[in-house]
Amino acid sequence: MSAIQIWTLIIVGLSFTLYIGIAIYTRTSKRSEFYVAGGGVHPVANGMATAADWMSAASFISMAGIISFQGRDGAVYLMGWTGGYVLLALLLAPYLRKFGQFTVPDFVGDRYYSSTARLVAIACAIFVSFTYVAGQMRGVGVVFSRFLEVDVTMGVIIGMAIVFVYAVLGGMKGITYTQVAQYCVLIFAFMVPAIFISIMLTNNPIPQLGMGSQLSGEGVYLLDKLDGLSEELGFNAYTSGSKSMQDVFFITMALMVGTAGLPHVIIRFYTVKKVKDARMSAFWALLFIAILYTTAPAVAAFARTNMITTVSNKAYAEIPQWFKTWEDSGLIAWVDKNNDGAVQYTKGLAFEGKPSFAEGGDEARGAHGQRLVTNESAPGDNELYVDRDIMVLANPEIANLPNWVIGLVAAGGLAAALSTAAGLLLVISTAIAHDLLKRTLKPDISEKGELVAARLAAVGAVIVAGLLGIYPPGWVAQVVAFAFGLAASSFFPAIILGIFSKRMNREGAISGMIVGILFTASYIIYFKFINPSANTADNWWFGISPEGIGTLGMLLNFVTAWVVSRFTPEPPVEVQAMVENIRVPEETA
Amino acid sequence: MSDPSASHEPHRVYWRKNLTILGILLAIWFVVSYGCGILFVDQLDAIRIKGFKLGFWFAQQGSIYVFVVLILIYVRYMNKLDADYRRNDRSSK
Repeated sequence: MSAIQIWTLIIVGLSFTLYIGIAIYTRTSKRSEFYVAGGGVHPVANGMATAADWMSAASFISMAGIISFQGRDGAVYLMGWTGGYVLLALLLAPYLRKFGQFTVPDFVGDRYYSSTARLVAIACAIFVSFTYVAGQMRGVGVVFSRFLEVDVTMGVIIGMAIVFVYAVLGGMKGITYTQVAQYCVLIFAFMVPAIFISIMLTNNPIPQLGMGSQLSGEGVYLLDKLDGLSEELGFNAYTSGSKSMQDVFFITMALMVGTAGLPHVIIRFYTVKKVKDARMSAFWALLFIAILYTTAPAVAAFARTNMITTVSNKAYAEIPQWFKTWEDSGLIAWVDKNNDGAVQYTKGLAFEGKPSFAEGGDEARGAHGQRLVTNESAPGDNELYVDRDIMVLANPEIANLPNWVIGLVAAGGLAAALSTAAGLLLVISTAIAHDLLKRTLKPDISEKGELVAARLAAVGAVIVAGLLGIYPPGWVAQVVAFAFGLAASSFFPAIILGIFSKRMNREGAISGMIVGILFTASYIIYFKFINPSANTADNWWFGISPEGIGTLGMLLNFVTAWVVSRFTPEPPVEVQAMVENIRVPEETA
Repeated sequence: MSDPSASHEPHRVYWRKNLTILGILLAIWFVVSYGCGILFVDQLDAIRIKGFKLGFWFAQQGSIYVFVVLILIYVRYMNKLDADYRRNDRSSK
């Protein structure tokens, strides 16, 4: 076992012991503790828990890598996944807290006095949560397999076991306090390598500022150097975009509104005591998220510069060891198209698709010792395949940081994946036990019976999520990116109108949700599954890609709901009174 | 008990002020992200602050800082508004 693996085992082992310890300490037998942690979580703790809940394996592992390869266009994720919190804090969180209850379907069902509306909301919540959670479980398995060389399946099972313990025993209470611990682990793990690298490259310990500083000893700004390097190699300048402006606009909007409509984030605002605390915890949540989200673009720029300068036009024989380590784990591949023994890195694909490596001892290696791939070579001069996840995972090795930092990154990735998975599993369990069973099918069930059902549903959800992680169906990766579009075009308008329009009625809200989600889903299904070859800017409506179409779906939802509600009877008096009531602050105790 | 009907004066004042601050803050939210970060990003890129082109900075850094500040302003304003509401609500009885 290498030194890196020993460090990884120690740090990951310590963090898991901490999570289990918290789970045992916070185990619960009360329904309100299981669903909303008893409703007495401190705003700062809730802010941290929300931040960990929200930042998934994708935020921690993949986002900086995506930005690294997209340059300025990567801003859609940065602005989209943070700007949604402004909507959440200003338009949703305080009112949903005032409304009380436990879940999003609770609000939709009561506000629109309709079990149909409740069922639509339950179906949306379960669908969005499952597509999301499958990705997290997969993330856990992948981190395990890369850092500790266990099987992905084994990794997923270990992850399931950990989540099982604290989600099933402690419900929301267990999840909340483990998420607080997980936030601390993941932010520490993200910042340490970022700070080290910022100092090495620019002498500035703050990565956010280092990104705009001069490279130490070169007298040239980092971003200028990166723009120059990119253009020299045939890429777009790093600080310029290549997506069309309207597409960037629509994607950003879909991500923002989708963020605000995701049930596992909204449910966190039910866990604090007062409306005031709900507002305050939205502030803390965004502050804690912003620490990672403003560092990620700096990491992206540093990693890109480091990578280009270490590999471009270098002879394979002289390339540092990390390149070969990650080649061994299949995230880097090099095809020597012009047989000069050096790595040519430029715009375009090295080969078609993900690398599939040749099997068998010496024959699987090329003249310089590189792993050979069996993929069909792509036209163009680019010889290098780099998986975007490398930018965060291999960053400490590229920058020659100590081994314990690498172990820390593994623990951080696991914390990010597990915390999000747990939050989503709770939404699924609550949707089944509370919204479906208690509120719809069997209203006379006792509190104890409901809690048993909630635990059973959590067990079932963990198992299904694990299976989806072990045998990922092809559609998961395709669909995850669209969960936002679907949330944007369904939940968001229904909740906003429910709060800000007293006149909005059952008929308007339901037809709005149906039109919004049908439109968005058909556009996505057409371009992604039925006719993928037509998925180009020329065929898109108004130049909007399937990633951004949720914005249009949301607008359709708003218009439909408004028009239909004008031609149908207004909501009952007691519902209108309820809307008035959630708009004002509660009485002081 | 507070009277939750819309005809109740402190209630109307509270809601109108709430909508006003929402309008102002969301306008700023739109300008920094969609305005500076997307629509006018190329024009702003002509301005440089140290190593950053301004449009690029708004897209990848600045808009996020502004978001945090916007929520903080909202929280503080609403806490004050809540306190005023309780006072007026009590005196209007």
